[in-house]
Amino acid sequence: MEENVLELQGVVMTFGGLMALSNLNFNVRRGMIKSIIGPNGAGKTTLFNVITGSFPPTQGTVKFKGQPIQHLKAHKIADRGISRTFQTVELFGNMTVLENVMLGCYTRIRTSFLASGFVLPRSRRKEKRIRETALKILKFIGLAHKFKDLADSLPLGEQKLLEIGRALASEPELICLDEPAAGLNETETHVASSLIRAINAKGITVLLVEHDMKVVMNISDEILVLNYGQKIAEGPPEEIRNSPRVIEAYLGGEA
Amino acid sequence: MLRIAKLPIAVFALAIMVFPWTAHRIPAIEHYPDIMVFAGIYCLITMGLSLLMGYAGQISIGHAAFFGIGAYISAILTTNYGMNPWACMVIGMAVTAVVAVLVGAPSLKLRGHYLAMATLAFGIIIFIIFNEEIEWTGGPDGMSGIPGLTLFGFEFNSVERYYYLVWGFVIAAFIFTVNVIQSGTGRALRAIHASEPAARAMGVDVSRFKILVFVYSAVLASLAGSLYAHYLNFVNPATFDLFFSIKLLIMIALGGMHNIWGAIVGTGLITFLSNEWLYYFEEFEVIVYGAILLFVTVLLPDGLAGVPGIVKGWFRK
Amino acid sequence: MEKITLASQLLQYLITGLTVGSVYAMVAVGFNIIYNVTEIINFAQGEFVMLGGLIMVFMNVAMGLPLILAFLATIILVTLVGILMDRLAIRPIRRPSVLTLIIATIAVSILIKGTASFIWGKDPFDLPAFSGRNPITFLGAVVQPQYFWVIGFLIVTAVALSIFFDRTIIGKAMSACADNPNAASLVGINVKQMILLSFALSAAIGAVAGITVTPISLMEYDRGAMLAVKGFGAAILGGLGSFPGAILGGLIMGSIESFGAGLISSGYKDAFALIVLLVILFFKPSGLLGSIEISRIKRF
Repeated sequence: MEENVLELQGVVMTFGGLMALSNLNFNVRRGMIKSIIGPNGAGKTTLFNVITGSFPPTQGTVKFKGQPIQHLKAHKIADRGISRTFQTVELFGNMTVLENVMLGCYTRIRTSFLASGFVLPRSRRKEKRIRETALKILKFIGLAHKFKDLADSLPLGEQKLLEIGRALASEPELICLDEPAAGLNETETHVASSLIRAINAKGITVLLVEHDMKVVMNISDEILVLNYGQKIAEGPPEEIRNSPRVIEAYLGGEA
Repeated sequence: MLRIAKLPIAVFALAIMVFPWTAHRIPAIEHYPDIMVFAGIYCLITMGLSLLMGYAGQISIGHAAFFGIGAYISAILTTNYGMNPWACMVIGMAVTAVVAVLVGAPSLKLRGHYLAMATLAFGIIIFIIFNEEIEWTGGPDGMSGIPGLTLFGFEFNSVERYYYLVWGFVIAAFIFTVNVIQSGTGRALRAIHASEPAARAMGVDVSRFKILVFVYSAVLASLAGSLYAHYLNFVNPATFDLFFSIKLLIMIALGGMHNIWGAIVGTGLITFLSNEWLYYFEEFEVIVYGAILLFVTVLLPDGLAGVPGIVKGWFRK
Repeated sequence: MEKITLASQLLQYLITGLTVGSVYAMVAVGFNIIYNVTEIINFAQGEFVMLGGLIMVFMNVAMGLPLILAFLATIILVTLVGILMDRLAIRPIRRPSVLTLIIATIAVSILIKGTASFIWGKDPFDLPAFSGRNPITFLGAVVQPQYFWVIGFLIVTAVALSIFFDRTIIGKAMSACADNPNAASLVGINVKQMILLSFALSAAIGAVAGITVTPISLMEYDRGAMLAVKGFGAAILGGLGSFPGAILGGLIMGSIESFGAGLISSGYKDAFALIVLLVILFFKPSGLLGSIEISRIKRF
């Protein structure tokens, strides 16, 4: 299937006078794992923030399933089917593991303020369905045994998994993972990358920002390289590995 | 898991039901049901505020204004236009909801200090209006002759009758609020408190939720205002000044703002403190409140609701 | 009696407005000093002004100290209150968040207010004007000599502060804390001490405002809250954190209030400043001289 889930056309993002993204064009095909790499400050997280609606791009269009979404607020984009994780884990620390994932279901099942206050049978049934879905996801990410723990109390590796689980609960078509392996040890990294593969096997398109090159090279179908907010290369892993421009960017331009 | 057990609510409701009967038999606390009427009225406000502050993490130092709007709408429409008090109560809540949206929508975009100052300024402006629009409100002297409440010929004309009416409202609102907290809506609120960006990324319309809770708390305050006006049969602006907004804050902080029970306990204690225990030490009142608020903020960040946890901590060591 | 023309009346409103505005400007400067170092909005800022006025009355009128001595003693006492506030109410907070810090400063404000009402009662107090009360007539407007003192002290404060922050090592260290507390502590600046100093300094400025305005508008125990809100309005109007902004904001705020009370309704005098505050908060929270970029990187 050659359909593009995500298309970026001429995306520019400036902060004050600083250009964080300059004239970025690329597509993400349905069902692939696409990674975005680049040195620190290359604009990777900014790119995620633009795609998921944290802030609108200064110029350009972002299309999701053919529809422009760059003007939409973050919660609307989540409703459309793009979910994300954060580089610095943003869990709801005061809530349990299960509740975190249950909140993830919010995009698909929600009750109104009044309905929840009066506990209509309808809202009770919904709550039950949310709980079941969330438990299933916890099993999938391997955290079912910790469902009662507070999110804050988990070790970093499990927090990262939980964040992915929460994102999955929103039944996304595209999931954006911001450095899922950062700060993880080798075993945890292994768990994370097999989880990403398993997610992809479910038919969910994955957009990945990651520093761990082993992970990136192993699981990506395609890689996009950013430097100073510009695309400097795009292609399958073996091509990127041998691209002189990429090597130059990583080893320090002028040298 | 944030479960609020049903048993304590039932016990609490029962205690509320038998309280007047008990108080009646003990001369020293014979007049306590009267104070409890006020405590109940204030509980309606603090419950909503606790949802706003403790669960959604938004501050308001202007809720005395919504309390006042409810009271004055009931007072004006019943005395000057002879309208049905229950209808006025509903009108008051509707008007308050509209005002809360108008003030809340731009205010709640602001964070922290800005929101606090915006609500504070709003509260003072409304207070000035109560004082200045003499034709409507009677100015600083207030309005008297507000009728009492009757329902199908049954008059709520004694302290005890009114007590049951007010606490009926409180328990209904309490159950409603607890249900909201335990539902997906409550989850979304706590998510907003923990991390707004993550809540947004999960599809939660953060600003809509904030406004919703703000309006809910304002409407409860308006209902409380109407009940207040019909109980005292008199209103004047002094009741709705800045200090009352701060008192509401003290009630919630004392009880513990992350716990809905905290609002009830804190409100009860502060109401008794100001209407009874500090009655003869009026000049100390403000100092005592300041000291309580400071003590709680510095040493008991979770209020009285956090005390059991602290005590448990001692024994674990 | 001279005929009061509209022009002279407007001039009168302007002069009164600038005088009152100077007090708001000093309160706004006090807000900024603490905000710049700690990102805390000190809701007790107005209480420093109230204390300044009432302690000055005590020193000057009740104790009979000469003006300058009373002035210095008052500033020292109020500064001590500011220092105590940091040590007893702000520093001990274990989990500081916006909500707890707001509540803590509110707690201090009512504690000070309660203590003041206990000591001085609820009646307003007068203080003799520094150089008499013989008004000067200027183009048909009546100017109290005390007006010059108030505006003069604003100028002195502004000049002294700009020298302090730009020329002295301690002042520069304080500015560094504002920019980046972690980096500041890395280069050996004692951030805790700077916070303490910010409370002391802003209490002292509050005291100056209170001392100079009391001969004009009297002073009573519950004046603090309104002064704080209006001073905050001035700080926001000028752009939170900006000292020139605070002074500009204060003068504009005072003028709006004075013209509003004179031309529209005196009963709503206090409401005008608050409405301006709300309008700015809703439509341009960065103020006249503040930058949005800065407000975005602030934690609170």
